[in-house]
Amino acid sequence: MLAFIKRYEGLWLFTRSPAVIIAAIVALVIIIGAVFAPWIAPINPYDLSSFSLTDGLLPPVWEEFGSEEFLLGTDDQGRDMISSILYGARLSLIIGVCAMTIATVLGVGLGLAAGYFGGRFDAIVMRIADIQLALPAILTALLIDGIARGVLPPEMQQNLRVTVLTIAIALSLWVNFARTARASTFVQMNKEYVQAALMQGQHPLRVMFVHILPNILGPLLVIMTVDLASAILLEATLSFLGIGLPADSPSLGTLIRIGMQFLLSGEWWILWIPTLFLVALVVSINVLGDFLRDVFNPRLR
Amino acid sequence: MVYFIAKRLIQSVFVMLAVAFLAFSLFRFVGDPITQMTGVETSVADQDRLREELGLNDPFAYQFARFTGDLLKGDFGFSYRTRQPVAEMIATRIPATLELGIVALIISLVVGIPAGVYTALRPRGIATQAILMATLVGVSIPTFVIGIMLIFFFGVQLGWLPTFGRGGTVKLGGWETSFLTIDGWRALILPAFTLGVYQLTLTMRLVRAEMMEVMRSDYIRFATARGVPMNRLYFKHALANTMVPVITIIGLQFGGVIAFSIVTESVFQWPGMGLLFLESIRFVDIPVMGVYLVVIAFFFVLVNLIVDMLYVLIDPRLRIRDVS
Repeated sequence: MLAFIKRYEGLWLFTRSPAVIIAAIVALVIIIGAVFAPWIAPINPYDLSSFSLTDGLLPPVWEEFGSEEFLLGTDDQGRDMISSILYGARLSLIIGVCAMTIATVLGVGLGLAAGYFGGRFDAIVMRIADIQLALPAILTALLIDGIARGVLPPEMQQNLRVTVLTIAIALSLWVNFARTARASTFVQMNKEYVQAALMQGQHPLRVMFVHILPNILGPLLVIMTVDLASAILLEATLSFLGIGLPADSPSLGTLIRIGMQFLLSGEWWILWIPTLFLVALVVSINVLGDFLRDVFNPRLR
Repeated sequence: MVYFIAKRLIQSVFVMLAVAFLAFSLFRFVGDPITQMTGVETSVADQDRLREELGLNDPFAYQFARFTGDLLKGDFGFSYRTRQPVAEMIATRIPATLELGIVALIISLVVGIPAGVYTALRPRGIATQAILMATLVGVSIPTFVIGIMLIFFFGVQLGWLPTFGRGGTVKLGGWETSFLTIDGWRALILPAFTLGVYQLTLTMRLVRAEMMEVMRSDYIRFATARGVPMNRLYFKHALANTMVPVITIIGLQFGGVIAFSIVTESVFQWPGMGLLFLESIRFVDIPVMGVYLVVIAFFFVLVNLIVDMLYVLIDPRLRIRDVS
């Protein structure tokens, strides 16, 4: 019942804020476009036979010399920009969602356990979290990526790029989840329903995941949204730095890095259109995260 | 107070030891140092001799102790890539990064604190809503995109400012500074602003939250009732009490500034430590990576120590608690 009222109230707030509605629509359009990229994109940017150099550097359709075949123009290789962006957003979202999921599972698991058991386990987890919090996420991710380069044999590096990147991002984001889950668990531990469950002699795992977890989901959901945005930004930044993904499987960050070469020439669309998509996606997710925070934390309203 | 500072010092030493251990593990276990140092034509016997000479067969704890000792003596080893001493490579890069970071931090404070105070005092104003929306967008735009946009408008379109490198620098002792030439300052503006924007939004949001909290407190209400002039109330009574968390955030932000300077330096080809670190990651140049970590951690610990001491100066309660 409580959940229903919360949801209802959330919906009501939702219709009251135009910024949030716009953000939701933008995020939804980009996500749907990315998910269905193989079916809606005009060409496959990974398939060298699907585009040709003779179509290179065409501007978007509304500019002079634009072609209706390529609505947002083409890059220097003749690749259709829409297709590159849809596939790029797809890769960015896949890495972002996977990294965020791993970070959630790891962080919430450790945080719940730390809050539940307390004592030495709690102290160890929190010390690790403190140390990692001193290192900004991007430094952690760069470091893990660097270590993976040193440890993995060269022939596996290319194939595992996406995996390494995802894990590096996940490991630099788990701390937030752990701290929030731990703090919320502490609060729940004193509630009567938890005490009752404990007294019945229920298994600790059952108490943690069946009883406590549903009651601390609210703040965690907010962090998931904000961290999805952070994960997408981190991936874009790493790829932009040339540390992330190779140029043959471009994410939005890689597209922007490639577009940088055209900064001084007239081909603005190669750089600015992927940039616009990245910023629109991240801004929308952050606006939604802010909205969720307000819904779950009415005190701040 | 002496006790407080001594405790913080000991904690700092432990943090540095932990980071040194991380750097050591990197060096020792990520790839074999011997294969990195020798060529293909080095015989196995020579490799073994080198291994023995470098003490890589010694017990682990002993090796770590020697590694830490070398760090303390300033002997940071040699780069795998350039074969130069790492200490030299890092030392020539430090001034560029520090100057960039300090200017960025100043920008973030000089703009962020007044903006935070303003938005806290007028929570329903139109300007406040606009500023809050702008910070949300500011947080969402990646640092490198801000850099590219600034390069595009001020460097390419308007042609006002240089877009890469440090411009004119002057050597002061071993310190290469860009503060003393106009050219150097011009080169500094765009990168420093790029680096400062994200920190600025954080500063603003924190000051705003703290200020709103303080404005609700009893002593401010009492002061209002007593008829203390508004300006005096805001800036003397309220702002002074938001300073402790603000100083904490400066300490934390310093880490952020240094880390994000990696991105900024890459966009502007700024010859600082961040650029060196990126190159060393690309070439798996472990000694440089390790020393970079140790140097960054050292600055971080140092700044946080200074911040802790500033607390005692700012907040008289901490001094009293010590006596009792």
